[in-house]
Amino acid sequence: MMITVTRREFLKVSAAVGGGLAIEFCFPVISAAAGKDAAATEVNAWVVIHTDDRVVVRIARSEMGQGTYTALAQLVAEELDCDWAKVSAEFASPNEHIRRKRIWGSMSTGGSTGVRSSQDYVRKAGASARALLIEAAAMQWKVSAAECSVEKGVITHAATRRKLRYGQVAAAASKLPPPKEVMLRNPRDWKIAGKSMHRLDIPDKVRGKPVFGVDVALPGMLHAAIAQCPVFGGKVRSVDASRAGKMRGVKKIVQEDSFVAVIADSWWRATEALKKLNVEWDPGAYGKASNETVATLLRDGLDDQNLPKAYQQGDVNAALASVAKVIEADYHSPYLNHATMEPQTCTAWFKPDGFLEVWTSTQDGEASMKAAAETAGLPLEKVEVHKMMLGGGFGRRGGPQDFVRQGVTIAKAMPGVPVKMMWSRAEDMQHGYYRPASMVRMKAGLDTQGNLIALHSSVACPSILTVLMPQMLRNGIDFSAVRSLSDMPYTIPHQQVDYAMRNGHVPVGFWRAPGQQNAFYRECFIDELAAVAGKDPVEFRLAMLKPGDKNRMVLEAAAKAAGWGSSLPPGIHRGIALADGFGSYAAMVAEVTVNRQGELKVPRIVLAIDSGYVVNPDTCRAQAESNVVFGLGSMLYQENNVKEGRIVESNFHDFRLPSLSEMPIVEVVLASTGGFWGGHGEPGILPLAPAVCNAIFAATGKRIRSLPLKHHDLRRT
Amino acid sequence: MLKLTVNGRSYAIDVEAEMPLLWVLRDHLNLLGTKYGCGISLCGACTVHLDGEAVRSCSLPVSAAVGKKIVTIEGLSKTSPHRIQEAWIEHEVPQCGYCQPGMIMSAAALLAKKPQPTDADIEDAMTNLCRCGTYARVKKAIHAAAAPSTTTARKS
Repeated sequence: MMITVTRREFLKVSAAVGGGLAIEFCFPVISAAAGKDAAATEVNAWVVIHTDDRVVVRIARSEMGQGTYTALAQLVAEELDCDWAKVSAEFASPNEHIRRKRIWGSMSTGGSTGVRSSQDYVRKAGASARALLIEAAAMQWKVSAAECSVEKGVITHAATRRKLRYGQVAAAASKLPPPKEVMLRNPRDWKIAGKSMHRLDIPDKVRGKPVFGVDVALPGMLHAAIAQCPVFGGKVRSVDASRAGKMRGVKKIVQEDSFVAVIADSWWRATEALKKLNVEWDPGAYGKASNETVATLLRDGLDDQNLPKAYQQGDVNAALASVAKVIEADYHSPYLNHATMEPQTCTAWFKPDGFLEVWTSTQDGEASMKAAAETAGLPLEKVEVHKMMLGGGFGRRGGPQDFVRQGVTIAKAMPGVPVKMMWSRAEDMQHGYYRPASMVRMKAGLDTQGNLIALHSSVACPSILTVLMPQMLRNGIDFSAVRSLSDMPYTIPHQQVDYAMRNGHVPVGFWRAPGQQNAFYRECFIDELAAVAGKDPVEFRLAMLKPGDKNRMVLEAAAKAAGWGSSLPPGIHRGIALADGFGSYAAMVAEVTVNRQGELKVPRIVLAIDSGYVVNPDTCRAQAESNVVFGLGSMLYQENNVKEGRIVESNFHDFRLPSLSEMPIVEVVLASTGGFWGGHGEPGILPLAPAVCNAIFAATGKRIRSLPLKHHDLRRT
Repeated sequence: MLKLTVNGRSYAIDVEAEMPLLWVLRDHLNLLGTKYGCGISLCGACTVHLDGEAVRSCSLPVSAAVGKKIVTIEGLSKTSPHRIQEAWIEHEVPQCGYCQPGMIMSAAALLAKKPQPTDADIEDAMTNLCRCGTYARVKKAIHAAAAPSTTTARKS
């Protein structure tokens, strides 16, 4: 139990298991290069170079599948001019981060910002390290650095034909002062960035190497299973542990205000004992909340005549009173769980030396550290968080950090012993920070030529910022609740967006492309208006987009790639949608079929996306595919219903994910225009639901104004 | 004591007969590649081979695995990566990667039975769930592993 596990130690332990057989396992295995060679030098905070020229790039953001781990390494390696074949990556230590005055910038990983909001400083770090390495070589040769060149980590002094490898000068370079200014390479000249390099994390992931939070294995470690009060805001009233406490392997029952946990020598034993715990819950104030109370809350919001305005342009009321035609529609969508494949998990170890170590799948290592320190009552310096690979994130593992607080609380009951807590699927499904259920009323005015003159939108939606970032609220407006409506690219002369903040008792959080339901509402309603105006949906939109607007360019790119306007085989129908967000511009064409029984198929999706620059094209295509499947699942099947204050769904049978057989062909047009840095993790999902629903209208004449689609009858009547 | 054969090695372990194989592998044998996703045989993250058949270890009592050959992702290939793992790397299949050991084990069992599967065969056999949406690449990689000679480099 006294083994010290530090970040870059490659701990080999022999655990005596099963009949005395010794099995050797290793932990942690995050980067192949880490720790194998003591002769490594930190050239700067981002770049570590080994004497054999292996380069380790430190990554501050989290890796949850989106590919940031590799993309950031590419950007550093590009400016460093090293040999990509020798590059690996490792996560920067949150503890070191705090001790070194937040040297790695933001550790938060959300909003598709991983690359776009750290590209500047990571590229400069690569360039700065390159300058130091060249300087060190020049000093050794007693020549000017300007006379030296670098290729793939080999520095050359051409005049004297001398060469030095990065590994030979890294130690000397690390002692030099960093250059005050560095020049960054023009993306046109990129050799490593901008290319589809193989992802650094994949070889370990296909071999089943233990890289995720749930895979933490420490000597003497115990396992914890947890049951939280099924009603949000409720508490534990009483616990009868008389049976559970005697079960095999059970070490401790932990009773807290809102949860109980069993600590045992395996997770299954802990879970079995949890089932036998007789827990009586006090549901608190919300034991009667239901879908109906949620709907009433939102509908009352829409009916409120005194809502704050999130956006105003022109005079929407006067315009609507004088237009040729007024069209009105209400749309809504349900609460949605993130349903990461890896349930929430946290391993914590109160060590005998007063230090707390935490291993977790987190989208924000620094936030995890703060949550752990607060919970433990320790200063930040006494806490280390080991950032593990995430089995999906999608926004669940960023702000809330509830799982870290629980993991630390549970481990505190067993000082000196590492305890790994993992949620069951049902806990994960019923204790999320859900995409908010919301309702929108839209009222539009068309002139005699069918031009959209006025659009009045009222949004009733719980506020995520109120829960997670109250300092971001402005005059009662949560931008994540109104986006896509309050910042439309369309040149509509009269616009107004009202916001009814209606916070229910269900916790809400950032769910992949927060606010994306508004893109569904807006783009389906625009399609309705185009139909009423008797105009082609693409032409209708183009008429409202300024020349040179990147929205216009991606719309045209998607339409062109999909063959918009060309004839289709019988039975196939198209829909289109456009949305910008998370720094990028995205337009999508969906092709669907709907048979006599009303069964929908989505055989083909075409996405055009402009993110300015692209660091790894293949990863960007993968993110497009990911957005399509994620969007399809929520559009077709998923919802989290509320009954007696709790979430009804408990697993993948009632919260269905699309299967492989439902995967459309996804064609991606990387319509990058350069000059800016946009994201890829989320923009692609924005146009998915509206593009498919607009195609359903083309196929059936039915308008889909609420999700999921499973509640709609698509049979032709 | 239950006697198990996992990845060619024999183990004698003292656990409850009803403990699901998944938890024996993960918490008692420290074979952590096999994952928990749903616990009720829906998602396939826990897929392993039992006498060559793909089974969902989260719902299989360990007693049912006694006397059978259990193979996990760690034992799929003894030395270099299995051709399926190679295809998975070539086509950059994983994103978060959590469901991928199960995917790969399902794919390996499929190819053992049907060396040249059609799209329909793949859709039938590959019922594993992936939240990241790697399905198109899973299909591509299975075809590539089925016919290594036709593996094409991906576009950049």
